[in-house]
Amino acid sequence: MAEIVIRNLRKEFGDFTAVRESSFTIADGEFFMLLGPSGCGKTTTLRMIAGLELPTGGEIFLDGEEISQRPPSQRDIAFVFQMFALYPHMNVRRNISYPLISQGMKRRDVRAKVAEVAGILGIEDILNKPVGGLSGGDRQRVALGRAIVRDPKAFMMDEPLGALDAEFREHMSEELRALHDRMGATTVYVTHDQLEAMQMGDKIVVMNNAVVEQFGTPQDIYDKPATLFVADFIGSPSMNFLHFDGHIEAGQSNATIGNTPFAVPQQLESSNGKLVLGVRPEHITLSDEASLRAQVLAVEYLGTTQIVLLQCEYGDLKARVDSALTVSVGDQVGISFKADTITLFNSDSGKAIRSVLNDLALNNSGISSSTDNDSSGNGDHHHG
Amino acid sequence: MSYSVTEPSPRQKWLAGTLVILYAVITMIPLLWIMMTGFKTPPDSISYPPKVFFEPSVEGYVNLFTTRTRVSPEQLESLPPPENFAEEIVRNRDMVIAGPSKFAGRFLNSVIIGFGSTFLSIFLGTLAAYAFSRFRIPLADDLLFFILSTRMMPPIAVAIPIFLMYRKLGLSDTHLGMILLYTAVNISLAVWLLKGFIDEIPREYEEAALIDGYTRFQAFYKVVLPQAATGIASTAIFCLIFAWNEYAFAVLLTSGTAQTAPPFIPTIIGVGGLDWPAIAAGATLFLLPVMIFTVMLRKHLLRGITFGAVRK
Repeated sequence: MAEIVIRNLRKEFGDFTAVRESSFTIADGEFFMLLGPSGCGKTTTLRMIAGLELPTGGEIFLDGEEISQRPPSQRDIAFVFQMFALYPHMNVRRNISYPLISQGMKRRDVRAKVAEVAGILGIEDILNKPVGGLSGGDRQRVALGRAIVRDPKAFMMDEPLGALDAEFREHMSEELRALHDRMGATTVYVTHDQLEAMQMGDKIVVMNNAVVEQFGTPQDIYDKPATLFVADFIGSPSMNFLHFDGHIEAGQSNATIGNTPFAVPQQLESSNGKLVLGVRPEHITLSDEASLRAQVLAVEYLGTTQIVLLQCEYGDLKARVDSALTVSVGDQVGISFKADTITLFNSDSGKAIRSVLNDLALNNSGISSSTDNDSSGNGDHHHG
Repeated sequence: MSYSVTEPSPRQKWLAGTLVILYAVITMIPLLWIMMTGFKTPPDSISYPPKVFFEPSVEGYVNLFTTRTRVSPEQLESLPPPENFAEEIVRNRDMVIAGPSKFAGRFLNSVIIGFGSTFLSIFLGTLAAYAFSRFRIPLADDLLFFILSTRMMPPIAVAIPIFLMYRKLGLSDTHLGMILLYTAVNISLAVWLLKGFIDEIPREYEEAALIDGYTRFQAFYKVVLPQAATGIASTAIFCLIFAWNEYAFAVLLTSGTAQTAPPFIPTIIGVGGLDWPAIAAGATLFLLPVMIFTVMLRKHLLRGITFGAVRK
């Protein structure tokens, strides 16, 4: 049970910077997701917390103790590897008991503890089997068993469902989440799958190119993206972008694209030049009255909803609308946006412009730490 | 493992089987001939045409392990009856046993030097290979090339410097000297082969052990070594075969206390005429340790020879 505070964490491999000045806080008992495309530094961050890589700079606090330079054996953190990494020359029981043996626990206590863990995971019947012949799911359970058997302060999981079949992944992710809720231990979970992150996480850190893009709850990250990258990476289909040249004044509640005015959440910052209007597919409405016209290029039927691919003069858009609506390819339609959900971005910096919608989320996102170094106070906010 | 896509027909199998057996028989004829010669009497061994069927005798083995002196028929008459079968065989040739030969001692030298240098090569080779495989070592590629470069000429090309060096250092004709020499030759092979095997072992296993509370060295010998067993076994066989069969340095650097079997076996020729059965018997016995060692590690060798290619 532990709170983990990451402060200005940095990792360089020779000339290559894997993680650049990252700061965020993982609250006690949280199911915390590190999300990002491959090569973004999320796994390196996880490995630094576990002690498998030593950071080039920055601090890691586990329960108030600075641990960034300690060997993994002195951190009391368990790790679940993507490829499970079960010791191939040992059977299931020995794999699970291995962390206890290293602590010098008495044989009888080890047996009892392994039996208890096997009960939790439902793997009593395979305890004496070699790990080689096990199915992916059973291997995953054994790897989890090896992690939970010693009651560590925190769990690190590196894409633990990545090696499983798609149909089984769903089931296993529920099992994982249930296990976490039962144990209540702080869990840090790396994934590149945004759906998995949204579905399972209490909090999400989105990383890209060695930088923390945003840090917050799944709702915040989805509704109030801090950067163009986050807006594009999260959601399927992802957020639509309309590129335009314009001028935004603090206090203003509308933006004009070409000659079309749009209502937007009240802006708190002014911005100039190349701007981007971001709107989620489900916040686009097709209506004949709207002044912005678009042509339907394709329709993708999804059951209760359908995705309509539209072409307007500022770019292509995807709208998610009710299936009951009759739309056919080639139709000319008017489109309007749900005003209070719109985020404006500055195209050059890639950052969201502050508005009443995202103000709080941006304060919490930790994003400011990547641009300037006065982020010392930034590590301490987490919601309770 | 890979399998061919279509099942071979019985006829193809029969053909393949015949070819393999034929090849095995051809390659084994010299070995078989040596083993047979060991059980022939000296006259049978040089008879012409060569005898394939003969009455087996252990005379070769008796001659291998003993030194004998010729006596006159009168003296032979005056001796008490022979105490054992060996004495009896020797007396049939008008000789008596004078004492044991040096073969047992030379054979033991071979065992000490062969297995000693194999052990040392594997021990140092495994540690070096692990370091090259896992750690960031400055100039690692150059060092590996340097290690391999010791094999780029026949070792015997440096025989004279080594001979002089060993004389100065007092290593001539010592077990330690021969072990060091064979280790120096074998270690490049060991490092390169073992590095390949260790590279194939996923790092996650060690990392899991580190997380589970073990030190790096514990992780190495509890997790990496068992995984590298296949590679270690096959590398050990290669090292042992080299050290066991090495002839040139053994002739040059050993003559007495540390002489190995390869230079000794031919000297049997000079003892009592051309004693082919004794030489054949020595060669047969000499073959056995490597054969036994290889058969013992056979399970690993089959996978190891493919240099880790079939690991999953």
